[in-house]
Amino acid sequence: MSGFSYHSPETTKAAAQLLSEKSDGCILAGGHSLLPAIKLGLNAPSDLIDIRKLGLSGITEDGGDILIGATTLHRDVAENARVKDRIPALAVLAGSIGDPMVRNAGTIGGSIANNDPAADYPAAVLALDATIITDRRQIRADDFFLGLFETALEEDEIILSVHFPVPVRAVYRKIKQPASRFALTGVFVAETSGKARVAVTGAGQNGVFRFSQLEAELDRRWHPSVVEGCSLGDMSLIADIHADAEYRANLVNVLAKRAIQGVQRDSSPT
Amino acid sequence: MAQISLTVNGRHVEKDVPDDQILSRFLRETLGLTGVHEGCDTSQCGACVVHIGGRAVKSCTTLAATLDQSEVTTIEGLSPIDGDLHPMQAAFQDNHGLQCGFCTPGMIMSAVGIVERSRESGVALTAETVRDELDGNICRCTGYQNIVQSILDGAGRLTQTGGAEK
Repeated sequence: MSGFSYHSPETTKAAAQLLSEKSDGCILAGGHSLLPAIKLGLNAPSDLIDIRKLGLSGITEDGGDILIGATTLHRDVAENARVKDRIPALAVLAGSIGDPMVRNAGTIGGSIANNDPAADYPAAVLALDATIITDRRQIRADDFFLGLFETALEEDEIILSVHFPVPVRAVYRKIKQPASRFALTGVFVAETSGKARVAVTGAGQNGVFRFSQLEAELDRRWHPSVVEGCSLGDMSLIADIHADAEYRANLVNVLAKRAIQGVQRDSSPT
Repeated sequence: MAQISLTVNGRHVEKDVPDDQILSRFLRETLGLTGVHEGCDTSQCGACVVHIGGRAVKSCTTLAATLDQSEVTTIEGLSPIDGDLHPMQAAFQDNHGLQCGFCTPGMIMSAVGIVERSRESGVALTAETVRDELDGNICRCTGYQNIVQSILDGAGRLTQTGGAEK
């Protein structure tokens, strides 16, 4: 395809070693963003280091919270009884990513490390105040997503798992871009540790972001009508042939309102 | 080169594959399984869908080198050689579920996956859920009406025979 070498290490240490040794090594976790990017010539790594043999797949409970391994498939998050019970909005979100074949191969670690501005998972990670656990440290969601396809991860750092505190309530609503099946715009609303958190994907030019004005309003009064007084102001939003910035700004409010309305009844995110 | 040892359509296969070879290319060119179609080659159209370990995936977005010790089923392996068509294939034939036929292998492999998931979740299929689940398969002839009908019919036949994957 483009002449890279493939490696399938069996320990995290060996994977980290390969990443630091190779001139332009890249982690392969599910490949559903990376392989298309390589085909399109948007990425040309010298080496692909497959982390699917590191035992990083699986969902466990950690002091009541949910811990999801980096290479856990979207489908497995969507169908997991524990996730469905504790954070149903997260299961619904995972079950709405891409299409069934994508969900059979794509991973949570891959999605958040890639930080596509229209990906679903970053919204959940940010709104649920999750912590990203890597092979060397723990990173709070607020410090993790830095910008368009940019995260706080070092070049040779590997995500091991994502730790989700169980929220009081949470709902995700999105409109899908029908061709790419990415979120045209998506809003994840949560109340966690007594605070409202609202994360928006598919709208910010620098990727996922928090709608802090709406969070403050929700902290005062949890009601759909508070959305009406909120605005993203002059924040510059994504504009493309599918939706201009003004349309997206309106979608953010519409979806936020739907999410707050739907917060007690968990139905489809679309 | 990576050495892989896997099962394809019930046959044991051992091959050396280039590190950067895509699975659809390996299946078509090395193993001659040309029922695996490459449509868009960018994970959109679903013409290349095969099953790995019983799950539907896009073979144009999977590296052959990653498949050591796995089990792959393509459209060619869905029914036995010289045997009857798989119930889903028969349903597509009877319901005129194809026009040019290019997307059909992927449609059928996805359809079998849809029936499997419905069986696991205990949620019965409707025309609406089938359309939703077909999100990752594109028919450029736009023959979706009969495709959805075929899948619902095929799902019924599979429930009677009691197994999607033979």
